[in-house]
Amino acid sequence: MTFLIIGATSFGGGVVAYLRNALVTKKKWLDDDHFLELMSISNTLPGLNATNMSILAGDRVGGTLGSFLAMLGMCVPGFIFMTVAGFLYGEQGDRPLTTAALRGVAAAAVGLLSATWFSIGKKSVKGFYDAFIILAAVLGVNYLKFSVPVVLLAVGALSIFIHRPAKQHPPEKDSEWIRFLH
Amino acid sequence: MDQIPALARVFAYLSLLTIGGGMAAYPEMKSLVVDVHHWLTNEQVIHIYSVGQMAPGPNMMMVAAMGERVSGLAGAAVAALAFFVPTGILTFGVGRLWNKLAGWPWRDSIQKGLGPVAIGLAVAGLITFGRGSITGWVTVVIGLAVFTLTLQTKINPALLILGGAIVGVVALR
Repeated sequence: MTFLIIGATSFGGGVVAYLRNALVTKKKWLDDDHFLELMSISNTLPGLNATNMSILAGDRVGGTLGSFLAMLGMCVPGFIFMTVAGFLYGEQGDRPLTTAALRGVAAAAVGLLSATWFSIGKKSVKGFYDAFIILAAVLGVNYLKFSVPVVLLAVGALSIFIHRPAKQHPPEKDSEWIRFLH
Repeated sequence: MDQIPALARVFAYLSLLTIGGGMAAYPEMKSLVVDVHHWLTNEQVIHIYSVGQMAPGPNMMMVAAMGERVSGLAGAAVAALAFFVPTGILTFGVGRLWNKLAGWPWRDSIQKGLGPVAIGLAVAGLITFGRGSITGWVTVVIGLAVFTLTLQTKINPALLILGGAIVGVVALR
């Protein structure tokens, strides 16, 4: 039920913020650490954060059924909205007034999405390698015209390799350093 | 009606590319929907995607509107199911496995490694999208205004998109 309300009221994206407010602050079904952990799973897997989060949180709160209902609640209002929008677009989309409005909407969407990814980037880009990976993905898709899955696999593999698990440093290193000081 | 299996295939495939968000799949979606299957024009894809930013719930539910344009109500249902169910099942399964993987050192590597890839793919999607929708000085002004307002204030994004529509009606007719 909660998810249905979020699904129906979370206009304009940023569903994750709505979810955190409802699940952590209001209902106290999850604590903050738990929420962040689920968030990191959602980010790593394909699929949208909004639905991935609903599925994971629904599972923690109410098992398989909870997970299913959470996903359903999240999706149904938007589905109705967009199906009707698609229908209306077919009926009215060619009018000059509609076209003008939609061109304004598209320009606003560019601004909104740029701002969203700008904040994410500012928070999460650490160091040269991350910047290099971002650049490689952009060049691969937009200028070298590779398809998205090719870039995802190639750049993704490279990036995971860069962040590969550090080798266990043998503890002798420290004592060597201490000996050197003496 | 004969487009239904193709719709299911295309949108299920696209859903697997949405690492970090729907924008990552945008360039591939444009090429499949516009160039390969000729379901919509580039302009129509941009319009539908933009309206999706106002919809309640996940923004990528705009796949329902694309499905609707191709095959009516059945198309809408098929596109939405194909887009949300396979990744949903994947997430459900991995969510249960995740804690068991806690000791696996590559788990952190995958997580850290995919972060910048997701950002890169989103920026690439945004460039593809922007090339079609930023077409003159009015659209540049709208885009910059929304960008600044989103970062500096807490106005609901849906209202900013609606504002874009109003400016569009006044200035782009």
